[in-house]
Amino acid sequence: MSVSSEHWRHTRNLMLGHLTVWFVFSFLIHWFASSLYNVNFLGWPLNYYMAAQGSLIVFVIQLFLFSRQQHAVDTKYGVHEDEQ
Amino acid sequence: MGLQWEGKSFIDNLPKIYGVYTGGFLVFFALMAIGEKMGMSAAAIGISFVAFTVVIYAFIGILSRTMAVDAYYVAGRSVPPVFNGMATAADWMSGASFVAMAGGIFMSGYPYLAFVVGWTGGYILVATLMAPYLRKFGCYTVPDFIGTRYGGKLTRFCAIVVLIVASFTYVTAQITASGTIAARAFLIPFEWGVYIGLAGILVCSMLGGMRAVTWTQVAQYIVLIIAYLVPIVWMSGAQGFGWFPQFQYGPAVERIIELEPMLGVGTAAAEQVPGLGVLTTLHAEPQAGALAAWQFVTLAFCMMVGTASLPHILMRYFTTPSVKAARNSVAWSLFFIFLLYFSAPALATLSKLSLMDPNLASSIFGKSIAEVEALSWVRNWGEVGLLAIRDSNGDGILQVNEFFLNPDIIVLATPEFAGLPYVISGLVAAGGLAAAMSTADGLLLAMANTLSHDLYYKILDPKAETRKRLLTARVLLIVIGLAGALVASMKLTGILGAVAWAFCFAMSGLFAPLVLGVWWKRANRQGAIAGMVFGLAAGWGYLLAVRGGMEPWLGLDHLRFGVVGVVVSFVAMIVVTLMFPAPDEETQRMVDEVRVPRGETIIGRS
Repeated sequence: MSVSSEHWRHTRNLMLGHLTVWFVFSFLIHWFASSLYNVNFLGWPLNYYMAAQGSLIVFVIQLFLFSRQQHAVDTKYGVHEDEQ
Repeated sequence: MGLQWEGKSFIDNLPKIYGVYTGGFLVFFALMAIGEKMGMSAAAIGISFVAFTVVIYAFIGILSRTMAVDAYYVAGRSVPPVFNGMATAADWMSGASFVAMAGGIFMSGYPYLAFVVGWTGGYILVATLMAPYLRKFGCYTVPDFIGTRYGGKLTRFCAIVVLIVASFTYVTAQITASGTIAARAFLIPFEWGVYIGLAGILVCSMLGGMRAVTWTQVAQYIVLIIAYLVPIVWMSGAQGFGWFPQFQYGPAVERIIELEPMLGVGTAAAEQVPGLGVLTTLHAEPQAGALAAWQFVTLAFCMMVGTASLPHILMRYFTTPSVKAARNSVAWSLFFIFLLYFSAPALATLSKLSLMDPNLASSIFGKSIAEVEALSWVRNWGEVGLLAIRDSNGDGILQVNEFFLNPDIIVLATPEFAGLPYVISGLVAAGGLAAAMSTADGLLLAMANTLSHDLYYKILDPKAETRKRLLTARVLLIVIGLAGALVASMKLTGILGAVAWAFCFAMSGLFAPLVLGVWWKRANRQGAIAGMVFGLAAGWGYLLAVRGGMEPWLGLDHLRFGVVGVVVSFVAMIVVTLMFPAPDEETQRMVDEVRVPRGETIIGRS
């Protein structure tokens, strides 16, 4: 029981960590779009860049990372699936 | 036919099979390009593209027919993560993404990017909160999870209702989109186009269920992504922004910002043309003030939470071989979706610039109206009523606020007005059709499966034999499809509004019971029922009230009513759960097991 509750605690923290990053790139930076408009990023106004591309790149990287990290957590507590 | 649609050798051969398929499609494209040079007519090219691709999808659909329950409902749980990612991406990207999104950005500028952020960020929720746990559960449908986790026929029934409401709203929009494209390609009335589109959709899904839909969706993804990227790269190369436009179109945005004040973007039109609009929103500058920021983030929020509640997306992750593969597959899905989504703003920007920039031959603003009206694409789209020019100030010169258009035509018309050969337009039509058909397939299957598995088998006739269940699923598929086509041919809503509503319905009813089912062991049946009933009722009621003329609260208009629904749903579910005793020990043990990847699936075990 204690192994599985430790595993779940770890899993939950990983989830919360990723949702925090998600919150920042989904909502927080777009909230300040008006101020970012005056920042020029390779031609794009930064608010436009973040909504059209920046946040999306963060999400994609995040998911591949999450997939690895969660597997590492599962393996650490020996609850991963057997390879076929 | 020697090809088996499952087993190790089939899975190992997948890259080769789809490699050959992609090569074949490119050869077909090249043949059409040569045909155009040799004088093939535009209509013939359009028909060939649509017919060729639809025949291939139907061929795959017929080859992968099946009578096995596992294959029919979850593709035998053997789809590798990368291919499931492609299938999910096709399932996900509908007519709205393919046809309407870039046009929306073109017309509405920065605020519209909330859809881009929302329709990608939702996958973070899918991966962290839902998909791996639902896969471990081993269910066939989303109501299957809710019905088993919370227990009780009423619980299952509520989930079925939410699923049908959300998916049916969504599928009418997709049938509309495929009907529009079929109508244009075959030059037949829209109402006929709807039924022809439906026939194509049904052939792909009816015989082979989830297995057939999976392998046609992979094929459809390949067509739609090629069709989306080719015109952008071509246009960008022609305008001198380089061959990787997505990373290089920054200066194009800068140039638009520079041109906008000169062209007078932002001046309202002096006249009105019903159903069409003029360009008045600035391309990149956000509107000032907290309300604009709030509207951006609430729209993104609705699309994200809706993503994580849509049954036709969640059920795609039931098809992977393992929990780990399900997680991995979410990442691949987002990657394949990302390829199109980060291109859409580039497409919108480049096509806008090609109309605006006086240094480009394709520009129209500031030219004489007689000259613009003589352009073939202006005539063609004008004839079908999707574009109009009015000389409001009578000076004979076209101003920005004298050019009226329907945003949905941008993607389809861009190849023409940017001066690309017609073969590109044929390719884009095939891509748009692939996008609409693949989503409609997934939605119809989600509804037919839940009615046959959950309503018919689990609630009405638990002793029904396999043959009968699968037959029911097929009959239902046709019935729902026809109903969808009937509603679509009545043209009640636009594509985009219907899609946003579907997301809001799904999140109002399903998000809370799905998340809390995994993450809160204490959640019980009474709470789940309350969450679904009050959530859906609140969301729906709010939508009706706003549509009926009520002043929206805090700027939450009809695209954002899911915010109201999901909040009510969570509150109702938590309060009612706490009023009743915790679920029994067996249920709690089940939740514990769902949380670890190792071991048998919950449903497979019993």
